[in-house]
Amino acid sequence: MTIEAPDLSLAALAPLLFVFGAACIGVLVEAFGPRDSRHPVQVAVALVGTLGGLVTTVLLAGTREVTAGGALAVDGAGLFLQATIAGLGALSLLLFAERNLDPARSAFVVSAAVPAGSVRDRELLTVQRVQTEVYPLATFAIGGMMLFVTANDLLVMFVALEVLSLPLYLISGLARRRRLLSQEAAVKYFLLGSFASAFFLYGVALVYGATGTVRLAGVREAVAGAEGGTLVVLGLALLVVGLLFKASVAPFHTWTPDVYQGAPTPVTAFMAACTKVAAFGAILRLLYVAFGTEEWTWRPLVYGVAIVSMVIGAVLGLTQTDLKRMLAYSSVAHAGFLLTGVLGLPATGDAAGSGLPAVMFYLLAYGLTTLGAFAVLTLVRSGEGEATHLSQWAGLAQRSPLTAAVMSLFLLALAGIPLTSGFTGKFAVFRAAIEDGAWPLALVALLASAVAAFFYLRVIVLMYFSEPAVDGPTVGVPGLPTTIVLAVTAAATLLLGIVPGAVLGLADRAAIFVG
Amino acid sequence: MLSTYVPIVGLFALAAAFALFSVAVAPFVGPRRYNRAKLEAYECGIEPVDQPLHGGRFPVKYYLTAMLFIVFDIEIVFLYPWAVANDALGVFGLVEMVVFIGTVFLAYAYVWRRGGLEWD
Repeated sequence: MTIEAPDLSLAALAPLLFVFGAACIGVLVEAFGPRDSRHPVQVAVALVGTLGGLVTTVLLAGTREVTAGGALAVDGAGLFLQATIAGLGALSLLLFAERNLDPARSAFVVSAAVPAGSVRDRELLTVQRVQTEVYPLATFAIGGMMLFVTANDLLVMFVALEVLSLPLYLISGLARRRRLLSQEAAVKYFLLGSFASAFFLYGVALVYGATGTVRLAGVREAVAGAEGGTLVVLGLALLVVGLLFKASVAPFHTWTPDVYQGAPTPVTAFMAACTKVAAFGAILRLLYVAFGTEEWTWRPLVYGVAIVSMVIGAVLGLTQTDLKRMLAYSSVAHAGFLLTGVLGLPATGDAAGSGLPAVMFYLLAYGLTTLGAFAVLTLVRSGEGEATHLSQWAGLAQRSPLTAAVMSLFLLALAGIPLTSGFTGKFAVFRAAIEDGAWPLALVALLASAVAAFFYLRVIVLMYFSEPAVDGPTVGVPGLPTTIVLAVTAAATLLLGIVPGAVLGLADRAAIFVG
Repeated sequence: MLSTYVPIVGLFALAAAFALFSVAVAPFVGPRRYNRAKLEAYECGIEPVDQPLHGGRFPVKYYLTAMLFIVFDIEIVFLYPWAVANDALGVFGLVEMVVFIGTVFLAYAYVWRRGGLEWD
């Protein structure tokens, strides 16, 4: 008996190998590196890994290959999303590495195992020792996300889902300030996330039961041959629920505000930007590749969920008084806008539909903007922690005109005002939806955008036209990492709004799924 | 298609019948020899540890040990089939196994260096 070794194209796997390799080296540094030099080494390793991943995806541009025994599909869309995740991940790692803002020089707790509020915890609060395990953890999460968007097999997709989720659960609980809130967030995220994973796994089981395969292409063939019926529909529904949870689409969004608020702000930025890209990448691949012929099963579902998500995000966003929670509901609303793009014309054969490139561009634009917005939140501090209550931001423009201006730019982009990346992205996804005849959905999306614009603009009005409170927050001077993040995200937000042509063209050319 | 599940239903019925039969018959035919160990929650394995001093919680160390056990247990789960099929898998299988064991050892090195193997 001989067993054929699966074909394994190391070149096509290079981005993943880079990131996972860096994560493994990070674990070794954590084990053997001397404590004093760990932080710079970990930051360097994580950045080399993610930037290496970014560069290799760029070098691989144009590849269309199914490799690793059919488990991975390295194609245009996969590489575009991998590059987006690696780039946004590197920027998030820079936010993790910021040491100038917190008086104790890090946003992460020194020893997570010490009970919050205990004597030992109070002693450690002012210690300038720094938590370095977050870097390998975040790198593993980034690797999982990059695997998620190229997974060509439901089981590999599930493994990637776990690889990206488990480190995220952990690092959401590592805030230095307001530790109980942070731990609560971690537990909630873990419990609800496990449910979502279980849904996904049950979906995999049902689809396998109905079609006899877990390969996306195999599922497509079996489904087109009208096998399965009810089992396939049930399985599809469960798979989609699991993925929509990760993408924080209402009505599966209930964890989002609590986790976004409780997690350390750099981690929130990371989740809001990268997890969203990864989850939508998987949704697109699943729906277009595996269930592309089952369109009329999932279209009504996505249609309805998109409306619910936009309305819930926009309306509940209005009632929030905490900026992190507000941005969380904004993230729910944006997930709805993204789903309108998913409804755009799917790719048929070699002709890319309008839906896929629109969603890919939107993910890139939204990721950069939201990352920038959370980066600004880390600057504004009162006492020991971040000042995230709306009232604390009153009159911020008088205290720090630059911070207020940058934040206004990000908020305008999130609202979708012309000349920002948010407008270009929204225009692209709405056009994709209208071209497919889903104009009622686009209408709802426009109304939801108008409602959501109110709460973004409210912050701008508050910053510019209110008297500053006497004991208001101070605006910290960011160190090099956060400055880089703010510069890159602000520049990208403007450039993708004014001259989006190049990136839109790139997304158009890249919008290809192989399976 | 559902007919492929008939053997599973049969197995299910067999399992249920065996369990019911054993429970029902044991009181009549089994010998009864009482001793202290029979009153423990589980009468096999190591002796249960007393409750912690101030009640309620077990130290997190147990969790760590259990997790380590699972890591190496799963390693064995993969090693056995590989050992059996080594000839068929050839060099490719060997390389894959070395990579796999390498990553497990990475975790092991981390646990060892960070004091996860020390009980106190």
